[in-house]
Amino acid sequence: MLSHNTVQTSVLLELEHILKRFGGVRALEDGNLSVKAGEVHLLLGENGAGKSTLMKIAAGMLQPDGGVIRWRGEPVRLRTPAEAAAIGVAMVHQESLIAPHLTVAENIFLGREPLRGGMLDRRRMEREADALITEHRFPLQSGWRVERLSPAQKQLVEICRAIHSASSLLIFDEPTSSLSASETAEVFRIVRNLRERGMGIIYITHRMEELRAIGDRVTILRDGCTVASGALAELSMEQMIHHMVGREIAALYERAPLEPGEELLRVERPGVCFRIRAREIVGLAGLMGAGRTGLCRRIFGLDGDGEVYLSGRRVRIRSPRDAVAGGLAFLTEDRQRTGLALRLPIRTNVTLTNLSSLSRLGILTAAREQSPVRNLIEKLRIRADSPEQLAGRLSGGNQQKAVLAKWLFRQARIFLFDEPTRGIDVGAKAEVFRLMDELARAGAGLLMVSSELPELLQVADRILVMRAGQIVKELARPTTQEQILRYAAVGE
Amino acid sequence: MIQRLLPFLSLIALFVGLSISSPPFLTATNLSSVVRQTAVINIMALGMTLIIVAGGIDLSVGAILAFAGLIGTKIMEQHGAIAAGLLAGIAAGFFWGLVNGLLTERLKINPFIVTLGTLGIIRGLALLYSGGLPVVGLPRGFSFLGEGAVLGLPFVLYLLVFCAGLTHFLLQYTKLGRYAYAIGSNREAAVYAGIPVSFHTVAVYAISGALTGLAGMIEASRLMTGQPTAGQGYELQVIAAVVIGGGSLSGGEGSVIGTLIGAFIMGLLANGCDLLGISPYIQQAVIGAVIILAVTLDEVRKRRFAKS
Repeated sequence: MLSHNTVQTSVLLELEHILKRFGGVRALEDGNLSVKAGEVHLLLGENGAGKSTLMKIAAGMLQPDGGVIRWRGEPVRLRTPAEAAAIGVAMVHQESLIAPHLTVAENIFLGREPLRGGMLDRRRMEREADALITEHRFPLQSGWRVERLSPAQKQLVEICRAIHSASSLLIFDEPTSSLSASETAEVFRIVRNLRERGMGIIYITHRMEELRAIGDRVTILRDGCTVASGALAELSMEQMIHHMVGREIAALYERAPLEPGEELLRVERPGVCFRIRAREIVGLAGLMGAGRTGLCRRIFGLDGDGEVYLSGRRVRIRSPRDAVAGGLAFLTEDRQRTGLALRLPIRTNVTLTNLSSLSRLGILTAAREQSPVRNLIEKLRIRADSPEQLAGRLSGGNQQKAVLAKWLFRQARIFLFDEPTRGIDVGAKAEVFRLMDELARAGAGLLMVSSELPELLQVADRILVMRAGQIVKELARPTTQEQILRYAAVGE
Repeated sequence: MIQRLLPFLSLIALFVGLSISSPPFLTATNLSSVVRQTAVINIMALGMTLIIVAGGIDLSVGAILAFAGLIGTKIMEQHGAIAAGLLAGIAAGFFWGLVNGLLTERLKINPFIVTLGTLGIIRGLALLYSGGLPVVGLPRGFSFLGEGAVLGLPFVLYLLVFCAGLTHFLLQYTKLGRYAYAIGSNREAAVYAGIPVSFHTVAVYAISGALTGLAGMIEASRLMTGQPTAGQGYELQVIAAVVIGGGSLSGGEGSVIGTLIGAFIMGLLANGCDLLGISPYIQQAVIGAVIILAVTLDEVRKRRFAKS
């Protein structure tokens, strides 16, 4: 027993042959992972591969239906997140599991509030939270209400909470998916810092370009099974992608700009002047908080009155209705919140934008909707059983396609894509780009907001750089990440 | 699938059970009295289905029912005009529905709060207008609305079928219905899709108000008075009918068929308790328990969906 322990000293958590079913569906078939103290262990896999499920089991949020969990060599059962935290394991969640009406400090201490004479020790909570925030140099204050924070700041609150609750092993579930380049660098700094202190880190990510910057070892899941595991240095990018998707795909997407056509959209506002022509994909880069999403929202009439020029004509846009009537489409970053009604079928979601085209004398029949929706599902290769499948049951990439189908049904010509690949796995990303290219070929004009600079460089014909609410530069092809970042950060 | 059919199966089971345990249950007199008793709640519940599907709620329907009945009967009392009174009652309901909808949309306040407020306002106005006294001396023909029969069936049954058909048509075959589901399921996504969200939300409240106005006239006809205190607590029965029938208070779910089943389940429970000599005090508790049971089963079904 003793010898066993000495051999295993550096190994923190071992998951062996983990099995998990939801109803009849197998989420995990054979999940294996072993993480050591002082390493950043990457967990890779496409959406639905079982990464989050495996990690929720490690964090005590789900119970496995089979397999063994070992902590420092001893078999353990983790029945609740509190039990996991007690041995030193915590998870930073992908979707914010924080209470919006509470303050930053209250969220960090949620469930572990310090007491003093039976009452909440508010002062100590704030003091400790401030100390944590200062230590890691987070742009936060302990007294801020979480509902007013940006997604990036909320993510930082999550990280604070996890760091505060666990001493040995932290699990990051796609921490950078909503963060800009500079914030991503910040998260990396935090992760490295924690590793230096001897903590084990499990890090789930979709961003292939992040891997080398952060990881030591890697485990790859595919269809609920661990298919590869080893030192990151020994695996090439192609090998990893091959393990993830189980087939060869082009790691990089290549797209040649088309000859632009007539002007579709022109915006002329103080500090923000640009135009989009037919067959063009215009990139919009900038750091988090530069006002990229805000710009899309204003163009789309979500933040009050505004004027734009549509095909050269000045049009007043007071609401999304006016924008939609003018041929604009907004594919938002947060598809689940603003893009789809998840509990309604794909059919209903798609036809919503243009019911008039299906009504005769105001009467609408489901039968008439079937064939156009089927055509769109086929055209966009949405993986769905039928038009009646609920939108909430689609994977991230297919949800993005369903939103696109919605706007194609409306015959929109100007598409505002806000972070089109967020939360979408490697295989599906290339397909989203292909669809964007097809839109451009069909004569549409696209604005692509993205924090993924390599993607912008691959897809966009030219790139607008935004900083502090203004467009500070337009960069033509060929350009570089460094150049974009310079304008985004410094403005010159 | 079985769980989706559960409300319907419960209704059948209740019907069969009562037929066996209480001989007077399966008589034409008793059944038509069940229909008459539940028609008012049923018609109100149709309107509430629209509202709940669109993600709203209206707590003021009981007060609207009283107000509409009062206005309608006052006109009949003063002018003897049944048709004018009927229309006035429906219009009064429509008006208050419109007010509820506009307040919710313009002030951007939770409809629960808005209609809790208008519940007090409308009831207060009804009491003020009538001086707390019922309106009596109505034209005799008016009783036909609530108590009359056509071809051996209660007249209100025809009315109910008509209203149910109309509401079902609205929900399933018009833009209004489709938008109601979309708004209730994800209001923001509906806004982003360029749907006139406010207009349709207000419309849904107004239509429900009109149906409640009609229900108010039926209630007045059955009592042959216009009572300022009519319909107290009806809002809970109405909401319960929708929820038992599969409507979700978080919006986006609900159907006319479900609501009808829900209302009849409650009607049969009340009737069964009467026939079996169970105290009306216990009736309330039974109905309360059924509501919780129905919603629990529905939640279980949804959680299974969420997991798989």
